[in-house]
Amino acid sequence: MRRLTWRPARLTALRDETGSARTLVFRVPDWPGHLAGQHVDVRLTADDGYSAQRSYSVAAPADGDTVELTVERVPDGEVSPYLTEVMEPGDQVEIRGPVGGWFVWRPESTSPVLLVAGGSGIVPLMAMIRARRRAGSRVPFRLLYSLREPGSRYYAEELRRPDAGLDVGYIYTRAAPDGWPRPAGRILLDDLAEGGWPAGFEPECYVCGPTGFVEATADLLLALGHAPERIRTERFGPTGD
Amino acid sequence: MGIISRGFQGRRRGDDDRLPPGQYLVDDFPVLSTGPTPRIPLERWEFAIDTEAGQTHRWSWPELMALPQETPTVDIHCVTKWSKLGTGWQGVSLDTLFEDVESAAEYALAYSYGGYTTNLPLEDLLDGKAWIVHKFDGEELEPRHGGPARLLVPHLYLWKSAKWIHGIRLLDEDWPGFWETAGYHNYGDPWREQRYEGD
Repeated sequence: MRRLTWRPARLTALRDETGSARTLVFRVPDWPGHLAGQHVDVRLTADDGYSAQRSYSVAAPADGDTVELTVERVPDGEVSPYLTEVMEPGDQVEIRGPVGGWFVWRPESTSPVLLVAGGSGIVPLMAMIRARRRAGSRVPFRLLYSLREPGSRYYAEELRRPDAGLDVGYIYTRAAPDGWPRPAGRILLDDLAEGGWPAGFEPECYVCGPTGFVEATADLLLALGHAPERIRTERFGPTGD
Repeated sequence: MGIISRGFQGRRRGDDDRLPPGQYLVDDFPVLSTGPTPRIPLERWEFAIDTEAGQTHRWSWPELMALPQETPTVDIHCVTKWSKLGTGWQGVSLDTLFEDVESAAEYALAYSYGGYTTNLPLEDLLDGKAWIVHKFDGEELEPRHGGPARLLVPHLYLWKSAKWIHGIRLLDEDWPGFWETAGYHNYGDPWREQRYEGD
């Protein structure tokens, strides 16, 4: 029987994505690999034995012993402040996984893909974008990324670089850049009608973000005629941590 | 003890003997689901128990409402690590629904509007351990939390408490459900931290 064991994970690199989000690159010896969209459990143990664990989506496809996470710091959180503010290269946590076999994209898939991210919900969707690029897949991807304001964008530079077959659109909910054609506001039917795929193309839709965002987006996709079984959702974002 | 994370202290808000290992407390009620939220009009809603002998017992919404109602207050534990203590529900005990059901089956598969399934031993649904609930905190259960009605089996991780419940199929053999075939534990006891296959 397959068994998920806790493995020591050493931080090898980190980079800040925004003022409150950090990407952490871990080396996990004998890591079994993972699919884009899966998550892992992270466990922290204090020197008196107290421990706490949380789940985080993996931000990049499998690459040997490397596991890359992007963590948003939750005010008053227990685990995320440690990961985003205290940890330094060389420090260790424990990781087990991968977990989740539903919200995943496989490079052999041939359907067009629509990714709809709300805030930190971009993380598992970025893993899919990176997996597509790494596999040399020609499956067309569209990403609609809803965020409060330009400064809260993760992976800004990477998403700016041209990537053949990937279209990226932004929806700003609080403050749009100067001259941005779309007024700031929550995601609407027109955003998905224009920035997504027609339902007739039978795309696989992946929606990840806070609950209200995921619920609203999934309902809009249904209204546009997408079949419920092709709309995969994952809730993401603060829940006490 | 595991590997020490240098400088980690923790908030230790979770020091509560009602909290299973690896869980932390929340005050809100997070939502986790795999797809769009199904909307089921009450006039078309139906709950069924299908026995291994091929008999089906059905209840319409008014029929469910006419049954004796219970108001369990229970702690709930999600496999994604959050727990919520002292949640208040209203619904019908499965003991009531099973009163006239004849079965020698050992296993049950709960199935939902929208296609979700989850399996558990039949005995985990009986003897005051499980309900079909339609109110949370005195209010009608919202669709995002499983309304109009969901299964509630609080002694197992919450993925066993199928939202948008449509029926329970009784089986002679165990038939793993949606998450149970996707790497999660077949039984899911939070006190034994049975999160994933092999735990």
